[in-house]
Amino acid sequence: MNGQGDAMRDTAPDEGYVTADGRKIGGVAMEMRNITLRFGGVVAIKDISFDIRWGEIRAIIGPNGAGKSSMLNVISGFYHPQEGDVIFKGYKRPRMRPYQVARMGIARTFQNIALFEGMSVLDNIMTGRLHHMKANLFQQAMWWGRAQREEDANREQVEKIIDFLEIQHIRKTPVARLPYGLKKRVELARALAAEPSILLLDEPMAGMNVEEKEDMSRFILDVNDEFGTTTVLIEHDMGVVMDLSDRVVVMDYGKKIGDGTPDEVRNNEEVIKAYLGVAHE
Amino acid sequence: MLYREAGDFKTSYVADNQTFPIKFDRYGYYFILGFAFLVMPFIINDYWANSIVVPFLIYTIAALGLNILIGYCGQLSLGTGAFMACGAYGSYKLMTAFPELNIIFVIIIAGFITAAVGVLFGLPSLRIKGFYLAVATLAAQFFLIWLFTRTAWFYNYSPTGMISAPTRDVFGVAVTGPRASAVSMYMICLCFLVVTAWLARNLTRGSLGRQWMAIRDMDIAAEIIGVNPLMAKLTAFAVSSFFVGISGALLFTVYLGAAEAGEAFGIDKSFLVLFMVIIGGLGSIFGAFAGAFFLIVGPVLLKLLLVNGLGWPTDLAAHLEIMIIGALILVFLIVEPHGIAALWRTIKEKLRLWPFPY
Repeated sequence: MNGQGDAMRDTAPDEGYVTADGRKIGGVAMEMRNITLRFGGVVAIKDISFDIRWGEIRAIIGPNGAGKSSMLNVISGFYHPQEGDVIFKGYKRPRMRPYQVARMGIARTFQNIALFEGMSVLDNIMTGRLHHMKANLFQQAMWWGRAQREEDANREQVEKIIDFLEIQHIRKTPVARLPYGLKKRVELARALAAEPSILLLDEPMAGMNVEEKEDMSRFILDVNDEFGTTTVLIEHDMGVVMDLSDRVVVMDYGKKIGDGTPDEVRNNEEVIKAYLGVAHE
Repeated sequence: MLYREAGDFKTSYVADNQTFPIKFDRYGYYFILGFAFLVMPFIINDYWANSIVVPFLIYTIAALGLNILIGYCGQLSLGTGAFMACGAYGSYKLMTAFPELNIIFVIIIAGFITAAVGVLFGLPSLRIKGFYLAVATLAAQFFLIWLFTRTAWFYNYSPTGMISAPTRDVFGVAVTGPRASAVSMYMICLCFLVVTAWLARNLTRGSLGRQWMAIRDMDIAAEIIGVNPLMAKLTAFAVSSFFVGISGALLFTVYLGAAEAGEAFGIDKSFLVLFMVIIGGLGSIFGAFAGAFFLIVGPVLLKLLLVNGLGWPTDLAAHLEIMIIGALILVFLIVEPHGIAALWRTIKEKLRLWPFPY
């Protein structure tokens, strides 16, 4: 990246590990190093460090207002932390606009659905493949050569994702007409269409019924299995988080209070105190 | 032949992505195209060309351009009149400076000049949105008109302050100036319209069009998906101004023949084209045609009906015409706020299922 040599790496490459159920987890994909994010006098994130490994499902949990979504916004380049660095693929990431981050292979979904309401499902998902399409303005205006070739090649990829997420029947429906659960699925499809190396999911199951949650969980696991997509997940449903994720970061009031496998987190004194049921004094 | 997709199987993504997926639409489109090119030139007369057909064709191009900016990219602009003036004065300067240059190239280059000006005045869109952007483009409207009326260089120091188009021909047939016939005026406008509509359709169905629509529907999400807002907005301004510039150049060279910036390209032109886009339907190529038809051909047809059909006095009819058109606009916006194009879409959806309700 950026033509930097190995000598410039900010982290040493490492091996990774194999999970209990036999999935191979790679080395560190992204490292958040001492991130502090302030909005005026409010400290949203306070000196937080954690890493994300290739191929794992990493959850970020915490009570409302803990700073989880802010953390996701830092990763996707929407917020720029006052202190600390984001290390991606071993190199310190310079300050970037969100669209540049997206082009590096980081895709996300949003807490409140952020689909393009005026477009069809197909167009929404095709928009996710933006940076796979290189035809310039004049080629597109003529609809000739590269523009048409690209459109068809990318359509084929998009159809694979449509098949995968079982939304064939709504491909030409305007998004505004879809029910909530399907919109969430289309949003996942749009993020997947980018073929991201890291997928950020901000509360993918918020406001869903049990059946929809089961479907969504299955899709997240399948995506991870089939494409090996590294997934970072924010979710409030503890059962879902503990079942799906390989490692969990727990945040409270902008601080990290726990980090580890679901079992470790479940038994962590401080996490129990702050989050899993014991009332604040 | 029923209006239906059933039985018309698409076996490739190319076929599935075509503009008119339904056979009936496709044949209708070929028929209209054939009629416009093969029949109209033989039946058109001076009255029809001057009062209905040519202005309709020219304003449709402007509406196509503005629709790309407002309907597809969601950037409100009130500077259309000024950008049309840009095309007009650009073509005038080119025609007088390079008399040998073919008029077709003159008009296209005038379009490119307008595109550059449009990008310049589109820069504020990176910071401001909605009504505030509309006010910023209003500044473009007043500034450019002021520039064209006050700077003598733009009208070649003519004492009247007017610009007038010299005679130019294509393949030996005069298309501008006093010698131009109705047929040649009609044909050059039609060719430009068909090409610009085709370009607009291509741009809006591809990757760039999706970027524009993403910015329109939710700009923050679009940026996080990977749309560069700077590029998307400025290309929309460029393409839109290009079309509007071509329309302005045609309006001046072919239709008006002589013009003065403040009078021919005032703020009322901006609003006229804006109304066409809104009434026709935002974000629809067909909407540009429908809107221009409604606001250009509508009043003329109404006048024909009132004066020739019912025998009313001309002055009374002229006033009533304005009132009726105004009332029709209101009715349309109440019945179908998304414009004639949305109405047309609903009709098509009903037709596909006919005779069953769903």
